Amino acid sequence: MYDLPDKRGHFGPYGGTFVAETLISALDELCKQYEYYRDDAEFQAEFFHELKHYVGRPSPIYHAKRWSEHLGGAQILLKREDLNHTGAHKVNNTVGQALLARRMGKGRIIAETGAGQHGVASATVAARYGMECVVYMGSEDVKRQATNVYRMKLLGATVIPVDSGSCTLKDALNEAMRDWVTNVSNTYYIIGTVAGPHPYPMMVRDFQAIIGNEARQQMREEYGRQPDALIACVGGGSNAIGLFYPYIDEENVRMIGVEAAGKGIDTHEHAATLVTGRPGVLHGNRTYLIQDENGQIIETHSISAGLDYPGVGPEHAWLKDCGRAEYVAVTDDEALAAFHALCRFEGIIPALESSHALAYAAKLAPTLNKDQLLLVNLSGRGDKDMATVAQQSGISL
Amino acid sequence: MNRIQSVFSQLKSQNRAALIPFITAGDPDATTTVALMHRLTQAGVDLIELGVPFSDPMADGPTIQRSSERALKHHISLKDVFSMVAEFRKTNQSTPVVLMGYANPIEAMGYKDFVQTAGHAGVDGVLVVDYPPEECTEWVRYLKEQNIDPIFLLSPTTPESRIRRVAELARGYVYYVSLKGVTGASHLDLHEVGDKLSQLRSYINIPIGVGFGIRDEQTARRIAEQADAVVIGSRIVEEIEHSPAADLLANVGALVESLRRAIDAKSDHSSITEK
Ligand SMILES: Cc1ncc(COP(=O)(O)O)c(C=O)c1O
Repeated sequence: MYDLPDKRGHFGPYGGTFVAETLISALDELCKQYEYYRDDAEFQAEFFHELKHYVGRPSPIYHAKRWSEHLGGAQILLKREDLNHTGAHKVNNTVGQALLARRMGKGRIIAETGAGQHGVASATVAARYGMECVVYMGSEDVKRQATNVYRMKLLGATVIPVDSGSCTLKDALNEAMRDWVTNVSNTYYIIGTVAGPHPYPMMVRDFQAIIGNEARQQMREEYGRQPDALIACVGGGSNAIGLFYPYIDEENVRMIGVEAAGKGIDTHEHAATLVTGRPGVLHGNRTYLIQDENGQIIETHSISAGLDYPGVGPEHAWLKDCGRAEYVAVTDDEALAAFHALCRFEGIIPALESSHALAYAAKLAPTLNKDQLLLVNLSGRGDKDMATVAQQSGISL
Repeated sequence: MNRIQSVFSQLKSQNRAALIPFITAGDPDATTTVALMHRLTQAGVDLIELGVPFSDPMADGPTIQRSSERALKHHISLKDVFSMVAEFRKTNQSTPVVLMGYANPIEAMGYKDFVQTAGHAGVDGVLVVDYPPEECTEWVRYLKEQNIDPIFLLSPTTPESRIRRVAELARGYVYYVSLKGVTGASHLDLHEVGDKLSQLRSYINIPIGVGFGIRDEQTARRIAEQADAVVIGSRIVEEIEHSPAADLLANVGALVESLRRAIDAKSDHSSITEK
């Protein structure tokens, strides 16, 4: 039985708590509280109630029949996280952490965001539970994602542009940590993916595991069996681990994480951390990183802001090393092609992040038989990506 | 006795507190750092903390972040930092140098390479901000094999069990972070520091330095009355940032001299380590 992480958050050599002493007591407190509420029936009941009535779960599994037929191989099934309130899987986690923050008596929540999806999901739950919300966002991303910045403001959040380092997601995360260490007595930090120090990778995974738990039941009830492979995009890795985790002990189900190859993994413009990176320490945990030979973190590139991160959740690092999961990368162009295909064949506009998973499914399906099943995590919808996609086609909106 | 021990034992016999400046290696450029180190020793510092620049300095405030960015513009690597220390050692055999930085550049180089090169260069201690005691058993073993002191941070929120653990691992001195927050913040509570230091002293029998949030002579003097060392970072880095190249050494020198005078003027009812 798979039972990672260990007591101190290690997944084999990865994970752990690599932070300055000033943050340790806050993390210890969080661990203690989370360990308590993780097994608390009342907490779990409220979490599931919120997921059902506020988020709109369970999300269906949809058979992309026309697209599968067109590809001429395995059947592609989509786990529809795009149908969640706020349009992505991110909200599963922010609901869980906001409920925890309330129980810990913290009235102020902070979050980091890249594309703005996690920022929006955090601002959403802050409004829902009447909490103050501050979102850190790289100043480059603030420019690129104006609509999401406005959405956060509508929801009552304060968006603080971060001007340090590369002015992107990793720097926003640094800045949120600095805020947390300074204001820990009234502040709860909602990390948006399975990264950061223990207990975040475990806790975010547990909240996102609703994806895989639902899928197992839906597959059993609707298809009478589990899929041959699971496919999910990997930025920090939260939607992927949410789908994978409940399947880890089912050895005959392949698990495939798809990273962003950007303009190609032989260029410097990509975000394929597990495919090309080396282990190191960043943002409180040991994991694979995109770094130069001196151990400095390098700027990444992806057409999808949500995959544009130089690290990856430590559990994925472990699943890669032990061979349980496979990790591949697809380029901006391949993701765009899959984006358009899903629009045209299924009437579904996917997020560019999710389009990476779709692109790999489109490569894999034709190599398999028609009775094989690929379950792709459609982690989000593409409304937020209209401007980016239009621009790629030379159209300005 | 290594360099760190002899500095502290001499200060103790004089009933003085150590003055420890922090500067980032390669800030504002590679050539200035060694000259600056010499100027700091002339101004009377006892030990130098030399920051290793990192792209993601999570525990630092804006001032030290910017110093790291300036150094990285010149692609300052660990190897460059070691060359600076070796250069400094050509004419200074007595002032201890402690490297302070983040884990990833060290992991990229590898522990073995790191400690050997550091030892050769004349590094006396290393403080890795994001290696808390739980995560660095192997690292500490490597350091000690090379007779390099592992320096640890303690904070106002460190519980007793962790203080004990640090007491077992630490060599040289420990560094008490005197406030909640990042480097350069400024809300330090002198009373709290005093209380905490007496608690720490019942477990820790090596010198205790205090830093984070010390920005002026007055505070430096008050801290010197209670601690074995006063660590000043952001204030000095600010001086580097704001000084025109031609005045940089003189300005930093003058600032540090005034801090030295303030620290040495501490009143004598002090409670320097009673062991
Ligand atoms: C729709 C969508 N999918 C995936 C991701 C990537 O994050 P993760 O790898 O944590 O699922 C994001 C991040 O913003 C996202 O918005």
